Amino acid sequence: MNQFRLVLDPVACDGHGLCAELFPEGIELDDWGFPIIAGPIVAGPTSAGGIPDSLLVHARRAVSACPALALRMARAEAPIA
Amino acid sequence: MTMTAAPLSDLAACRLPRLLPQPRDPSYAAHWEQLGPLPAPGRGLIDEVLASGLRGRGGARFPTGRKMAAVAAGRGPAVLVANGTEGEPLSAKDRALLVGNPHLVLDGIAAAAAAVGADRILLAVERARPDTVVAVRQALAERPPGPVIELLQTPSRYVAGQETALVRWIDGGDAKPVFGSRPFLRGVGGRPTLVDNVETLAHIGLIARFGADWFRLLGTDDEPGSALVTVSGAVRHRGVYEIPVGYSVGALLDHVEAAPAQALLIGGYFGAWIPGDDLTGVHLSSAGLAAAGASPGSGVIVAIPEDACALAEVATVAEWYASHSAGQCGPCVFGLADIARAVRGVLAGDPDGETAARRWTAMVRGRGACHFPDGAATFVDSALDTLVAEVADHRHGRCRRRIGGYLPSPAPGSWR
Repeated sequence: MNQFRLVLDPVACDGHGLCAELFPEGIELDDWGFPIIAGPIVAGPTSAGGIPDSLLVHARRAVSACPALALRMARAEAPIA
Repeated sequence: MTMTAAPLSDLAACRLPRLLPQPRDPSYAAHWEQLGPLPAPGRGLIDEVLASGLRGRGGARFPTGRKMAAVAAGRGPAVLVANGTEGEPLSAKDRALLVGNPHLVLDGIAAAAAAVGADRILLAVERARPDTVVAVRQALAERPPGPVIELLQTPSRYVAGQETALVRWIDGGDAKPVFGSRPFLRGVGGRPTLVDNVETLAHIGLIARFGADWFRLLGTDDEPGSALVTVSGAVRHRGVYEIPVGYSVGALLDHVEAAPAQALLIGGYFGAWIPGDDLTGVHLSSAGLAAAGASPGSGVIVAIPEDACALAEVATVAEWYASHSAGQCGPCVFGLADIARAVRGVLAGDPDGETAARRWTAMVRGRGACHFPDGAATFVDSALDTLVAEVADHRHGRCRRRIGGYLPSPAPGSWR
C-alpha cells in the first residue's frame, strides 16, 4: 500500500469513461456513464485510502488518459480540495 | 407569507424573543432604545462566539466560532459575506429578520467583520425580494457612520446561495458551486472569506453585547441559543417563530394550531420527511431530530394534513430539484431528472417506480461539486420511507386525497 488515492472533479468530468476502461478495479460507471470511484479503494480501513501498489500503474494510466483532466492522484490524507 | 403576532405560549419561560422583538420596529432609534450601542468590537469576540457554542443558522450548523477563527488566521485582510439569499423556497426567516430587525443583523456584521479583520463587507439578498432590498437599503442609510456594507442582489437560484457559488458570483462568475473550494481559505478575490447566514450574524450582534453565558441560557448544551423557524402547510398561523433550540415539534405545531398531519417536512426542500402521527421526543435540534432521520436545516417546517396527497407534493419538489441543478455535474444533471421521472412513476402507480427512485438516489449521493444531489436523495428517500401507506394507495389506484399545493416550485432565474 502507498499513500495515494484518486480524486475526481465532477464539474470537469464529461463522462468519457476511459478511466473505467483502464482501471476497472477502482472505477465503475454509473447509469449515465459517469465514473464512480470505488469505495474500498478510496477509503480502505487498512490503507487510509491508499491504492494497492499492484494497481497503481493502472490508476496512473486512467489519470493520464482522461480527456477532461478531471481525474488526479492525491495523497490519501489530503483534503479533497 | 402571513406573520402571526402571537408569541409562543410559554414565552416568559423561554426568555424570548431575542431576534424579533414585538412590536416590530425596524428603525435605528428603536434598535438603540432597546439594545444601546454595540460594544467596541475586537478580536476577543471570536473567543466569546466559540464559548457560546453558536452554530450556523443557514442549514449546515457548523460551529461559527471555528469558522471565524480560521478566517482570522488566514493570510491578509479578510472579506465578510453576510448571506441573506434564502433560496430555500419555504423559508421566510432571513427576510423576516432583515425587514423586522435589520440593525441587529448589521451590528452582527460589523462586530464579526472587526473580529476577523475584514475590510470588505458584503450583504447578499435575493434580487427578487424587493421588500427586503428596500428594508436593508433604508437601514443602511439611517445608520450612523461605521464600516461600509455593500448590498448585493443575487440571482434567484437555490444553489446561488451555496457559499462557493456566492463567492464565484461576487467575483463576476455564474452563481454556481465550485468543486473543492474553501472560502475561509480563499474566497472573494482570493482572500480569506467569512460567509455567514444573516441569522447567525444577528446572534453575534447579541453575543457581542451579552456574552456567551447569556447566549447559553436558551437551547441545549450542544446547540445553544434560540433559532428562527418558518412554519407553513395546514396550520392556522403560518409564519416565522423564534424558539429555543431543542423545542418540541409537537408543542410548536399545537401553538400554530396545525391540523392533524400525516407527514411533516422538516428543514425544507433540503430537509427530510418524518411521520406526523407520533411526535413524542421529536425536538428541533440536530440531536432531537436525528432519531427521526431529519435535521433542523434552515428551520422550515411544513405540515401536510391527512386529506392532502403528500406524494404529489414530493413529485413537485423532485421536479423542482431537476430543474434547479446547476448543470455542472453529470450525476446531478442526469440523476435528478431520472429521480423526478421515477417519483412521477410512483405517483402514477408504477410498481417499479420506487425501486428505480431508490437506485438513483443512492447513485447520486456524494457525486456533485456541492450537496445539491444529496439533498434531492434525502428528500426522496425520506418521503418513500415516511409515506408507505400513500405509496401503496397509489400503486393500487386508490389515493383519493386532494392536491394540497403546499410545496411550491418557483421557476429558476438567471445565473448572473
